[in-house]
Amino acid sequence: MTPSEGALARLTPVLTKRWLSPDAWRREVYEQLDGYTALRKALAAHPDDLIALVKDSGLRGRGGAGFPTGLKWGFIPQADGKPHYLVVNADEGEPGTCKDLPLMMVDPHSLIEGAIITSYAIRANLAFIYVRGEAVHAARRLQHAVAEARAAGYLGTDILGSGFELEVVIHCGAGAYICGEETALLDSLEGFRGQPRLRPPFPATHGLYACPTVVNNVETIATVPYIVLGGAQWFRGMGTEKSPGPKIYSVSGRVNDPGQYECGLGVTLRELIELAGGMQDGHELSFWTPGGSSTPMLTAEHLDVPLDFEAMAAAGTMLGTTAVQVFSDQDCPVYAAYRWIEFYHHESCGKCTPCREGNFWMKQVLRRILSGEGTHADLDTLLDSCENLLGRSFCAFGDGAASPVQSSIKYFRQTYLDYVEGRRPPLFGSPPPRPAWAATELAGAAR
Amino acid sequence: MTALDTPTDEVTLTIDGVEVTAPKGALIIRVAEKLGIEIPRFCDHPLLAPVGACRQCLVDVEGQRKPITSCTTPIADGMVVRTHLTSEVARKAQQGIMEFLLINHPLDCPVCDKGGECPLQNQAMSTGAAESRFQDVKRTYPKPINLSTQVLLDRERCVQCARCTRFSEEIAGDPFIELMDRTSDEQVNVYREEMFGGEPGPAGSHSDLGSEPLRSYFSGNTIQICPVGALTSAQYRFRSRPFDLVSTPSVCEHCAAGCAQRTDHRRGKVMRRLAGDDPAVNEEWDCDKGRFGFRYVTAFDRITEPMVRDPQTGALRAAAWSEALAVAAEGLRRARDSSGGVGVLTGGRLTVEDAYAYSKFARIALRTNDVDFRARPLSTEEADFLAAAVAGRQGPTYAEVEQASAVVLAGLEPEEECPILFLRMRKAYRKRALAVHALAPFRTTGYEKLGATVLPCAPGSEATLLAGDASLAAALSQPGAVLVVGERLGGAPGGLSAAVALAERTGARLAWVPRRAGERGALEAGCLPHLLPGGRPVTEPRARAELAGAWGLEAGVLDSRPGRDTGAILAAATAGDLGALVVAGVDPADLSDARAAEQALDAVPFLVSLELRNSAVARRADVVLPVAPTVEKAGSFLTWEGRLRPFEAVLATGAMTDARILDALASQLGVQLNTRDVPAVRAELAALPATDSPRHPPPQVAPAPPPVPADGQAVLATWHQLVDLGTLQDGDDELAGTARPSVVRLGKELATRLGVGDGDPVTVGTGTGALTLPVEVVDMVDAVVWLPTNSPGATVRRSLGAAAGALVSVSVSVSVPVSASVFVSVSPGGSR
Ligand SMILES: Cc1cc2nc3c(=O)[nH]c(=O)nc-3n(C[C@H](O)[C@H](O)[C@H](O)COP(=O)(O)O)c2cc1C
Ligand code: SF4
Ligand code: SF4
Ligand code: SF4
Ligand code: FES
Repeated sequence: MTPSEGALARLTPVLTKRWLSPDAWRREVYEQLDGYTALRKALAAHPDDLIALVKDSGLRGRGGAGFPTGLKWGFIPQADGKPHYLVVNADEGEPGTCKDLPLMMVDPHSLIEGAIITSYAIRANLAFIYVRGEAVHAARRLQHAVAEARAAGYLGTDILGSGFELEVVIHCGAGAYICGEETALLDSLEGFRGQPRLRPPFPATHGLYACPTVVNNVETIATVPYIVLGGAQWFRGMGTEKSPGPKIYSVSGRVNDPGQYECGLGVTLRELIELAGGMQDGHELSFWTPGGSSTPMLTAEHLDVPLDFEAMAAAGTMLGTTAVQVFSDQDCPVYAAYRWIEFYHHESCGKCTPCREGNFWMKQVLRRILSGEGTHADLDTLLDSCENLLGRSFCAFGDGAASPVQSSIKYFRQTYLDYVEGRRPPLFGSPPPRPAWAATELAGAAR
Repeated sequence: MTALDTPTDEVTLTIDGVEVTAPKGALIIRVAEKLGIEIPRFCDHPLLAPVGACRQCLVDVEGQRKPITSCTTPIADGMVVRTHLTSEVARKAQQGIMEFLLINHPLDCPVCDKGGECPLQNQAMSTGAAESRFQDVKRTYPKPINLSTQVLLDRERCVQCARCTRFSEEIAGDPFIELMDRTSDEQVNVYREEMFGGEPGPAGSHSDLGSEPLRSYFSGNTIQICPVGALTSAQYRFRSRPFDLVSTPSVCEHCAAGCAQRTDHRRGKVMRRLAGDDPAVNEEWDCDKGRFGFRYVTAFDRITEPMVRDPQTGALRAAAWSEALAVAAEGLRRARDSSGGVGVLTGGRLTVEDAYAYSKFARIALRTNDVDFRARPLSTEEADFLAAAVAGRQGPTYAEVEQASAVVLAGLEPEEECPILFLRMRKAYRKRALAVHALAPFRTTGYEKLGATVLPCAPGSEATLLAGDASLAAALSQPGAVLVVGERLGGAPGGLSAAVALAERTGARLAWVPRRAGERGALEAGCLPHLLPGGRPVTEPRARAELAGAWGLEAGVLDSRPGRDTGAILAAATAGDLGALVVAGVDPADLSDARAAEQALDAVPFLVSLELRNSAVARRADVVLPVAPTVEKAGSFLTWEGRLRPFEAVLATGAMTDARILDALASQLGVQLNTRDVPAVRAELAALPATDSPRHPPPQVAPAPPPVPADGQAVLATWHQLVDLGTLQDGDDELAGTARPSVVRLGKELATRLGVGDGDPVTVGTGTGALTLPVEVVDMVDAVVWLPTNSPGATVRRSLGAAAGALVSVSVSVSVPVSASVFVSVSPGGSR
């Protein structure tokens, strides 16, 4: 199915504009395609003016929470005599999210250029890119790009004769979703176990090594050079008033052409599905996530809700990382919730009670329901557990874990009841057996 | 109240409708406590940094879209807080957390040591729902594991509150215990090879011990602050239930820190000891020696009845009190009236009341000043120092050390020799970056944990540094600085003289920290040859007159001539110049030359031993009189600060205090001592007038040139490790298992000259004997070797007959050193 003119008109290739050019990851190619022109322009400006520019552009963080980027930079205390750091969050672990990795693979220099400009603006002389541990290929690509940039004088001392000095360190994470949470990331970067830190103090004043630190998502930082080149007004020409700019939507699931579609914020699912070649044959949209598993799922009734921060909040969910996962009538929402909770249980850092224990519990209850051994009370228990988890946990991970359960029961209570009341065949035999040694002990006790 | 009345550092808020004003920065949970509102909590501990991990303390704060943790949130002006008492949101949140906490908890309260005193149990009753909705499979672990030989962990009971790990890291500075793994598998553990992909340890007795066991002198505190029964001690585990115990406030008898404790007993048997809560002294902590070291009282060789030496057989035999006292009195009378006279060695472990009785007994019943409490290396300079600068003076306190501008340590390794002082200094270092300077031959882990600047100093060179080092003088010249000297500085000629002079010059306060609990008390009681009770010099007529008045004596009864000290008394015994000896808790192995001391005991014509156990002294005695251990009597200790720590008897047995026995002995000698019971002694002590007599002048000993080691020689540095072969630790094998391994430490230069590296056997010797131990190469002053004084395989005083500062030979050993652990179970021959 070819997308209509109208849908195609929603595409705004800005960050993805080089993605189809061969070898765009090489410096010469990047330079031929406007690369590092924004850096020259930025270095000629006063750092404060850059912060003001990003504020004016209305850029909001692309890592999930949508925090205004310029405002975040503005929190960094200036002339405090402490070193400042930029930390780029390239941990990309949210289920369904897959935009940062291709960007780093295809266009790593745009991230490096953004990091240099940002560091200059916040007066950092050392920047880290914390790359998800499994993404060795991306880390290599970045390392290569850093070497190229240094050789060309974009990194090092006296960058392009401006007197500005910067080093970029590529750091490979140790493989935990929680290390994407910014304070856990900082602990991990410092060599500790990745667990979120108590806030306040916030990273803006006590971040890496207790120094002022900006943590931004890959896409956020990669957007910066375009704002410097195009200006705030140009940027605001895309997206909506409160959610301006282009955004990479990662469409996956039951569509014909899953992939990255860069549109102005506020595109709808209907348009995205069209851009992605429509639903697969024989599949009908059933439920979907607007921005990864931590964002409550929506259904076909939300096909025309704009995918921007405000409209998603109004629909009772979140824009998140714009990881649009499309599920069809052939997918079971209860099973999806179960798999997600398996993920949250596996990845919970264990620090706080509701998340550590709540996911452990919900996973078993969901499995019991899918095994045909659930009860009506289990549904209430699940909802009540979510209530006791949401907003009670130490970090936002716990809130994210409540999302799939709450939203799936909200929209698909009937499916749950079908399992409980025996109208759906069980997906599993019985609950997982007890550990072998426990079984022996019990047997021993019985004897 | 208007804003104007409120001082800027206070804020006013409302909690459950009650308006309260509290210091800015205070946490909601603390302020609520002040109002009597108890918010349930697990991870929160007032002496640990907040973490907000358990989420049990959620409260509702107006204007916040979700409940917040009261243990991490500071109060703010105008804040409106609603706890579970007035807010349904808070109540439900707390109940929800409690339900979560219990799903993976075994609920084995009936067999759990904590049952009956368990915060989880109590708060589950107050906060939880009556029934759990959890009906699935709990997370379980196969068995308890050893974090050390002493501390066991039942992982399934753990609520991951991180109190134990934070204690170890923040308070003790021993971070070998950590939370590991994640999600519901998160667990407390020590480093284990297999958890990081390695091979599990060898199967066998210690296979449960991690590759890097929790090695901390303070590990017992983690058991006490664990809010569930996850941590237990090998010593107490499965022994008793809290509701069967009788608890008595007590004071630790081990060191001069003077910790408040609680002793729990059941049917006449002490089951465990806990740290007492005393903000002025030990806050809420104690050390493992104080907590676990109490089984010596019930050791197999406890003496329960008097004994006299049978003239026919030459052996000791049981005797009635009347006979034993009569024999003792007769022997002492004869000796007293002979030319040699009687000497009295009291040791450093007596209560103030008992020490006073010895002091008085010596002066008026034995008419001698030959009395000394020092059962360790000593000097005349030290006696003069104690009389001039310590006795009768109020030293700096724990709080003053904590608030000090700088602390200089000389002759003291506080972690080993006064652990609670160490914790207090570490707190000051962490909270306010207290500058600590230490004179020491190397940087110990204890100094490291204090962030101390170490002035490299070979034993014997302390005086020169104290007299001449500009950085020390500068640090001590700041207002509020404290110079802390340990008893070991007395072994460095001129050291204490230099310390007094330095304190005087800089205006710094001076503190003396002995190792044993009874030393400061014995000093104040006048158990020194030239000092009467209350810091009164023997030679001062006014001092003698004051005391004679108080004791109701005729003028002239009190001898004006200073007596002999421990060394001189023993030398006189060996030379045949002493008629008799009365010895309290002294172990000859503690004296600088153990064998010489035993020869003296053998030589003295008449020996009376007041003892707890069949010690080296008791075995040689002519009369043995059994005395009550601390737990069976009332008394008081003085902390190193000079703070009185009175306590009552925990167990009511028939055992008699030293003071009571001396009273009886004195009356056999026709003298009224009036020390029959503790209240009487306390009353007499309280009634002693403050002295008007001139003080003893401070010592002015010039620094001696440090010994110069020849080829193959080194200067000996040595001090006691906290957990060692001390006889008061006998019978506590689990505690002994947490001792630091015995090693000989030396510097890189010496190691290179000897051609040895870490772990190689090195022999340290003197004319008396030799010790061979594995070497640990450290940053040490050259040509110095360090040995633990009284640890397995390192009984320095007995085997080498040498004290710190002596020249010893150092050589590479051809034989393989005997593994230190072999010695762990060997307890006799230890010291106090
Ligand atoms: C559990 C959890 C996981 C997260 N993972 C990521 C991640 O993988 N990448 C990311 O950029 N932000 C992640 N975040 C968000 C970060 O904490 C942080 O808000 C973000 O990096 C800020 O960048 P931005 O302002 O540019 O969005 C995560 C947050 C949570 C709570
Ligand atoms: S919610 Fe709690 S347990 Fe879960 S990841 Fe955050 S801090 Fe860890
Ligand atoms: S062992 Fe006890 S103190 Fe340590 S984390 Fe577990 S519950 Fe807390
Ligand atoms: S520090 Fe000293 S007084 Fe305190 S418990 Fe330990 S040995 Fe006893
Ligand atoms: S007591 Fe407040 S979070 Fe644990």
